Amino acid sequence: MQRVAITHVAQSSGAESRESLMDFTYRVNREVLDKAGLQREDVGCIIAGSADIFHSGLSCANAFDWDGIGAFLKEGSRAEESAFSFIYGCMRILSGRYDTVLVTALVKGSENPDNDPITSFYGDPFYLRPTGINESVVAAMQMRQYMERYSVTEEQCAQVAVKNLGNALFNPCADRKRRVSIEDVMSSERIYDPLKALECAPKSDGVVAVLLASEKRAKKLTKKPVWLAGYGCSMDHFHPGDRDLLKGRLPEAAKRAYGMAGIAYPRKELDVAEVCEPYAFQELLWCEQLGFCGEGKGGKWIDSGASRMDGVLPVNPSGGVLATNPYPARGLYRIAEAALQIKGEAGEHQVGKTVRKALAHSTHGFGGQCQSVVILSA
Amino acid sequence: MAKEEHRIVKGQVTVPYELALGRTWSAFYDFLKDERIMGKKCGKCSRVLVPPRSFCPRCYVDMDEWVEVSQEGVLETWVYVNMPFFAQEIRIPFISAQIRLDGSDSGFIHQVAGIDLNDFDRVRETVKLGGRVRAVWNPEKRGNILDIAYFEPVD
Repeated sequence: MQRVAITHVAQSSGAESRESLMDFTYRVNREVLDKAGLQREDVGCIIAGSADIFHSGLSCANAFDWDGIGAFLKEGSRAEESAFSFIYGCMRILSGRYDTVLVTALVKGSENPDNDPITSFYGDPFYLRPTGINESVVAAMQMRQYMERYSVTEEQCAQVAVKNLGNALFNPCADRKRRVSIEDVMSSERIYDPLKALECAPKSDGVVAVLLASEKRAKKLTKKPVWLAGYGCSMDHFHPGDRDLLKGRLPEAAKRAYGMAGIAYPRKELDVAEVCEPYAFQELLWCEQLGFCGEGKGGKWIDSGASRMDGVLPVNPSGGVLATNPYPARGLYRIAEAALQIKGEAGEHQVGKTVRKALAHSTHGFGGQCQSVVILSA
Repeated sequence: MAKEEHRIVKGQVTVPYELALGRTWSAFYDFLKDERIMGKKCGKCSRVLVPPRSFCPRCYVDMDEWVEVSQEGVLETWVYVNMPFFAQEIRIPFISAQIRLDGSDSGFIHQVAGIDLNDFDRVRETVKLGGRVRAVWNPEKRGNILDIAYFEPVD
């Protein structure tokens, strides 16, 4: 069967950009082509990850996006969940029609309203919005159930923010990087009790570009291709009340990805994971559901230090979404970071051990409604 | 060359939308005007969903049977919202909650109030997972979700 590789990755600085969105997009995509020694004309197809209106102030935003990505005269497509953009790009290669595909995700979070008003518009105007729902509110509901059902403590949840913001100090492309203590997190404002301000992701500017190639082409383009080894996705119901918020669809998504990658013992076989945790406690819940620890053991998992940069399975060495939250782009950021770890090109936040297999996770919708898992290998 | 400056354009737009409720949601709100909370029962999985749906999203078949559920239920989870956000008209602090009404098989999203919400420590003592709550009706009915004013803790 045809194989797909990530050959090159480029991403923006993490700082708020003063460039226009189109120029901001161009710089990073120009950089990834330069790294690969390619011109725009050499790329087979373009897949974007970006969001309309609420996250960009533009409707039908792909029309605006194409020039900055270099799509002139090319086939293109777009998804608002950038992990989907990635898999659509992989499918274009698997179809045999293209040898190279450029997947890019972009947003300038600094230019649009806060996440909470934007995510309140996920809800309908006749039931969820009038009752006060947004993404943070549902996350806080999920956190309270998580702590209550499994006796996970607020301090254990806070440790995720301590770890990830600390990791971000070593990532030049991170937005928020701070050495914080558990006390700092615990005493930050209780904006959605039990969620504290430092446990909620910021809102970031970010462009990330990932160049994909067929096996034959990848081997010519780079000495260190990173292969797609597995993918899985699963959706839950829209209404939070129709679900058990602690029994979401991530286990199925992970099972599909692990099955495709031939992974039986994820904690032993994976070397690093980049997990989408817009709220600190979610990293613990997702780690359970990815099989890194047992059900309800997320608190013990973070206490054990296993997920630290020097642990047995480092989680979010980049600082994760708590450090950098370019909303629709965050899934592709996880994939790009996982690829950099395998290439050994993550710089100061490169984990100590050799990385042969890495997991990238993305989620969107209230309380992790939709889940996707990507496995990459050396 | 001119000194670099950070030029931005500010914009705020208002655009009209008209979203259809459809027959099932409309009927649900008409029942609320009569102070009745109605769900629909799936003929296949037997679950009662509140608010009602015209189809079961799990079994993917039509849901035809209306069932009245209790105005009391169990608090499944809650959040103390102390953060104002644009377009949210409820004044902070408020409590968003998920309630399992007796006789239903889904969580109903609404507010918990009827207690002093400014005293957070008291709130934490009064509002508990697994605690019972009861609907308090708005005397003025408009045929929308806020015809239920809120849910109050039952001793």
